[in-house]
Amino acid sequence: MTRLAIPKTYKLYIGGKFPRSESGRTYEVSTKDGRFLANASLASRKDARDAVVAARSAFAGWSSATGYNRGQVLYRIAELLEGRRDQFVDELSATEGLTKPAATAQVDTAIDAWVWYAGWADKYVQVAGNANAVSGPYFNLSTPEPTGVVAIIAPQSGNSLLGLASVIAPAILTGNTVVVVASESAPLAAVSLSEVLATSDVPGGVVNILTGSPAEIAPWLAGHADVNAIDLAGAGLLDWVDLQIIAADTLKRVLAPEDGAPPPSLERIVAFTETKTVWHTKSLI
Amino acid sequence: MVNVTTQGLPAQAAQAKAAQAAQAKALAPAERALSMIGGDLTEKSLKLHLEGLAGVDAVGLEQRAAALGTRSIKTTSKAWALDTIIELIDLTTLEGADTPGKIRSLVAKAVNPDPSDATTPRVAAVCVYGDMVPHAVSALGGAWSGGTGSGINVAAVATAFPSGRASLAVKIADTSEAVASGADEIDMVIDRGAFLAGNFGLVFDQIVAVKEACRRSDGSFAHLKVILETGELNTYDNVRRASWLAILAGGDFIKTSTGKVSPAATLPVTLLMLEVVRDWHRLTGERIGVKPAGGIRTSKDAIKYLVTVAETVGEEWLSPHLFRFGASSLLNDVLLQRQKMTTGRYSGPDYVTMD
Repeated sequence: MTRLAIPKTYKLYIGGKFPRSESGRTYEVSTKDGRFLANASLASRKDARDAVVAARSAFAGWSSATGYNRGQVLYRIAELLEGRRDQFVDELSATEGLTKPAATAQVDTAIDAWVWYAGWADKYVQVAGNANAVSGPYFNLSTPEPTGVVAIIAPQSGNSLLGLASVIAPAILTGNTVVVVASESAPLAAVSLSEVLATSDVPGGVVNILTGSPAEIAPWLAGHADVNAIDLAGAGLLDWVDLQIIAADTLKRVLAPEDGAPPPSLERIVAFTETKTVWHTKSLI
Repeated sequence: MVNVTTQGLPAQAAQAKAAQAAQAKALAPAERALSMIGGDLTEKSLKLHLEGLAGVDAVGLEQRAAALGTRSIKTTSKAWALDTIIELIDLTTLEGADTPGKIRSLVAKAVNPDPSDATTPRVAAVCVYGDMVPHAVSALGGAWSGGTGSGINVAAVATAFPSGRASLAVKIADTSEAVASGADEIDMVIDRGAFLAGNFGLVFDQIVAVKEACRRSDGSFAHLKVILETGELNTYDNVRRASWLAILAGGDFIKTSTGKVSPAATLPVTLLMLEVVRDWHRLTGERIGVKPAGGIRTSKDAIKYLVTVAETVGEEWLSPHLFRFGASSLLNDVLLQRQKMTTGRYSGPDYVTMD
């Protein structure tokens, strides 16, 4: 007797839950050579709005955790990714048409990048912060603090897992919370990553993942007054100059599009932080 | 009337003003009960009357409320609904930590809810503790209605809010002090303990006494809102009886909750109270107000209440002297929605004032 396969429903990841799109829409995800692979949720502007609300409410808790604690949480995610290597390899070969070694290489690079970023969580403040020399009996300290809610357009052409890891990890390690629009053509890795996040120690709402059309959702995120920054990493094929203009209306921090997955860098971590400088008297001399 | 027209007001405004004045001279206390139940108003006749009310079909009520909550209100209707909600809000602060400064900032928000948009309407009233009434009145200044029917009212909670556990003398003193310092509306709590013990006469007498304490020196009455605290009444039948009791005793408004007890206002309970008000209007032609309070935080929820009011008692009730929302955080959500409708982009909490 033949067994009836149980196809998986790919849903959004908002506030630690897996809802379908509020609009009820779905779209077909195909393999590289055009065969039907799965139905994924086609997120609407209202899903983006809900995701921003979830991200905002998670911000206070996540940003007040210690850097050491956030680092441990990120390491834990890397451990869980490692445990799901085979699943990611399969999904990447199916959606991106990669050979098994190429898919395995991408998964390994993604996990390594994640671990690299995790290590920075309790160290970036020491590197990006500073004790400033001032002419007076004061300590003058500058420290980076998280910007807030960051909207991210994940890399769209290939590298669907590596691209995702390379934009999410640097944003959340400093205490930001994120709303990510995943790769439109290859969203399966993003949905599986959200399953990893849901079973890890990351509080719900810190990472929210939407699948669907960046062209449709990005303008709403760029204009949203409760989003503090937008990473246009994967927006190269969109009208991203307009997105920057919209984002400027509410004084958002903006990162310009990049080709492929952004390489690990401290700049990416510091890009979504704000510098706080405090003066303190040198008393009791 | 003559006096008003000599001030050069248009005839229509004068008429509205006369109607407002007529409303202010409400029935003398307990007159309603006398005419509804008959001359020999006793504890027993009141009890028989209230217990003779038909039972509530709880499943039907909840189903009806859920159905009314599914209406989709969009674009121009939504814009109208948002402005109406603001006009119906009793902007409330009822904290032990209320300071004169907090009252001033609440009043500033009531007068000018959205400083970035001058077309935003003002709220109906500010609702504060009795001892904060003078601060609210002085902060309102020229924006205070002061019994004229136009402008922002000052509502005070009284009668040992929120528990209502005090002697009648204390409750009356609490009320008359608030009225004397300028409160246009009194939100009183009923004695839920007495009500649940079946002591309807005591509850009735207290409402009558408080209504009497609402009388101003010129003979007019401060509007009396009777808080039933439906979260403590346990059954829909009790809510119907308490609503009926409050109206018989002379309440101008029936209000769901103090906001200090969970559950506070729910749509089924509000629907039930609206039905009592509708029945009363059919019987006597008199219009009683309804105020859901507590737990209504989003525009979406508030719009459901508007739909329920319009479908149950009619759109006539969507006016500040017949329907109010008791809320504090609701206003911010309405303002965010309003900004979204004007700018076409989602707004955020950074663009409205903190409470």
